Amino acid sequence: MFQKIMELISLWILPVFIIFILTMGLCKKVPIYEVFTDGAKDGFKVAVNIIPYLVAIIVAISMLRASGVIEWIATAFSSVFAMFNVPADVTPIMIVRSLSGSAALGVFSDIANSLGPDNYATTLAAVMVGSSETTFYVLAVYFGAVGISKIRYALVVGLLADLIGIIAAVAVCNAMFA
Amino acid sequence: MNWIFYILILISVVAGVVNGRLEAVVNSILSGAELSVKVAFSLIGIMAFWLGMMKIAEKSGLIAFISRLIKPITKLLFSEIPEDSPAMGDIAMSLSANAFGLSNAATPIGIKAMEEMQEHNIDKKSASNAMCMFLAMNTAGFQLIPATVIAVLVGIGYKNPAVIIAPTLLVTSIAFVSAIILAKIFEKFWAKQKAEKENS
Repeated sequence: MFQKIMELISLWILPVFIIFILTMGLCKKVPIYEVFTDGAKDGFKVAVNIIPYLVAIIVAISMLRASGVIEWIATAFSSVFAMFNVPADVTPIMIVRSLSGSAALGVFSDIANSLGPDNYATTLAAVMVGSSETTFYVLAVYFGAVGISKIRYALVVGLLADLIGIIAAVAVCNAMFA
Repeated sequence: MNWIFYILILISVVAGVVNGRLEAVVNSILSGAELSVKVAFSLIGIMAFWLGMMKIAEKSGLIAFISRLIKPITKLLFSEIPEDSPAMGDIAMSLSANAFGLSNAATPIGIKAMEEMQEHNIDKKSASNAMCMFLAMNTAGFQLIPATVIAVLVGIGYKNPAVIIAPTLLVTSIAFVSAIILAKIFEKFWAKQKAEKENS
């Protein structure tokens, strides 16, 4: 029920929002076409501006993934995680979900397809991937767009929040599904 | 950022050598660089569209209205930004778009919010407290329905994919609230920004 409602809202919110903005613009006598194209001009500039920051972070993370170091960390900690009822298959997701969204989704698809729908690992992985946003990518895009290179505590906070999310996911799934 | 960049690459190369995967590491440089440009270029169109829409919203006073509406919350979280700044409206809209899983709209609007915040930033090279707070909220990835994950579960014949919605929402809320609290704590203890001085 909740899901159906949410799906409906997700489908309707964009068209309703766009019509609302345009109508409101007309009511306030804003020349909407000119203002739209004027604002849209910046799209290219912003996208091009973030390229150097994206290249730095995406290349570094691609190299990290190719090097196999994530599997090392996952294996090293798997015995610790096992104490908390975390299946070994899920451990790479914990590390990768802060680094790369597509990789996290890839690992999750692998788990789901190989272990099947009745496995606890599939559920835990689903909650972990569904509740996360790729911290490194978000920071690179948003700071890159305004040309900020000194990020102060943004990454520390992002990663700590990710860690809390992982712990919460393990605790919640243990309580609900295990 | 200098050290993070260095350490990520150093670890990759060393681990690549030890694992005998140096060739894969070297190849990933090219594929990673290519992917970055693809990601950036795929943003151009949708970015232009939303920046255009947001400009209309701004000119018609909608953003200023939202900014006023959420003033009590934002005054608490983003104390640096003047209350009537359009940044507040942009932040609210970007986070709502994220919550509904519309990341295509959330990113351009969020970038616009960053640009507004940059105007109030005393050191244009370093992140202001308001920016760190906004990104903390963003990286926690608050989302009402994890649509892609559910799609995968449906694909493998998971009995009732909707059961993961409640736990996911709970987890992401915990992460979201923690991120806000953490950002506030770090704001107090981290070295303050210095006005316009070149820094590493």
